Amino acid sequence: MGLSGFGGVLPWARRVIVEQRRWLSPAEFTDTLALCQFLPGPNVVNVSIAVGARFHGARGALSAISGLLAAPVAIVIGLGALYARFGGLPAVRGAFIGLAAAASGLVLANALKIAAPIRHEPLSVAIAATAFAGAALLRLPLVLVLAVLVLSAIGAASLRRRRRWSDDMARR
Amino acid sequence: MQNLIALRVMCGHLGLLAVGGVNSVVPEMQRETVEVHRWMSAQEFASLYALAQAAPGPNMLVATLVGWRVAGLSGALVATGSLIGPPCLLVYAVSRVWYRFRTAPWRRVIQAGLTAVTAGLVTAAAVLLAEVTSTNWKTALITVAVAGVLLRSGLNPLLLLGTAAALGATGALG
Repeated sequence: MGLSGFGGVLPWARRVIVEQRRWLSPAEFTDTLALCQFLPGPNVVNVSIAVGARFHGARGALSAISGLLAAPVAIVIGLGALYARFGGLPAVRGAFIGLAAAASGLVLANALKIAAPIRHEPLSVAIAATAFAGAALLRLPLVLVLAVLVLSAIGAASLRRRRRWSDDMARR
Repeated sequence: MQNLIALRVMCGHLGLLAVGGVNSVVPEMQRETVEVHRWMSAQEFASLYALAQAAPGPNMLVATLVGWRVAGLSGALVATGSLIGPPCLLVYAVSRVWYRFRTAPWRRVIQAGLTAVTAGLVTAAAVLLAEVTSTNWKTALITVAVAGVLLRSGLNPLLLLGTAAALGATGALG
């Protein structure tokens, strides 16, 4: 599966795990993914660990992760070696300038897709904007941005939840 | 040896900070490789990132390439292992407990807070990266065009990457 995921493995993972092999139901897959996004680490790697562990414990997790990573790591090192060898040629340099620019576009589109669902929640937008300013404009260390914002974001989310709950109570 | 330890430390903590995926720590990885350790130029980091995106597999491969560039094969293995090791152990432990709490309200509260922070960090990562790869107006235009096309259509990203690389190879973007 590691080899089929150009530009990200996640859509493929879902297709194979849910639709082809039927190891998990769609709801179970979403549930697992939610956990894996909430925990740190590469999402797909986390999913493979969780699915592997669920069915075969530690051995399942290990075989899932090595299956996912071995071939891509070998390929990317091969590409890196080629780049180091031929990177001085004008055509190769040019190709990489183009490739890097397009990859930026890919990442930008991906970021906007992730950000899109929160655009109607002013509080979430404010938190996202602060995170953006801290990381991109002020270039603060990530630990700092994460620590301060995650705590205040969770606090804000729980306040809002409580308020909604008391609104519901008042209406009754 | 010193570089291997530095790689181990950098990737070890980046892995644990990568809430929402590795893309959210790419700016931090760039800051550390380029500004703190001075292992390579910002342009070179962008090239390695592009290479990792173009290769098949999870997008954490940029760490593998950084490790490889800094300390060869052992660097690549150390960087990859350090990045995924700690999160893997964490996920392994937590995923078994998590299943029981799948309907708990606190889980949704935490998720809502994290989503907002992740959205901001991932966008910051994208803008910082675009800043590095936009060497002139032509490359900036490619970045914006690719992002625009991908937001509006389900076109295969590989097609766009290939076109941009071919365009670059002709020297048109220099």
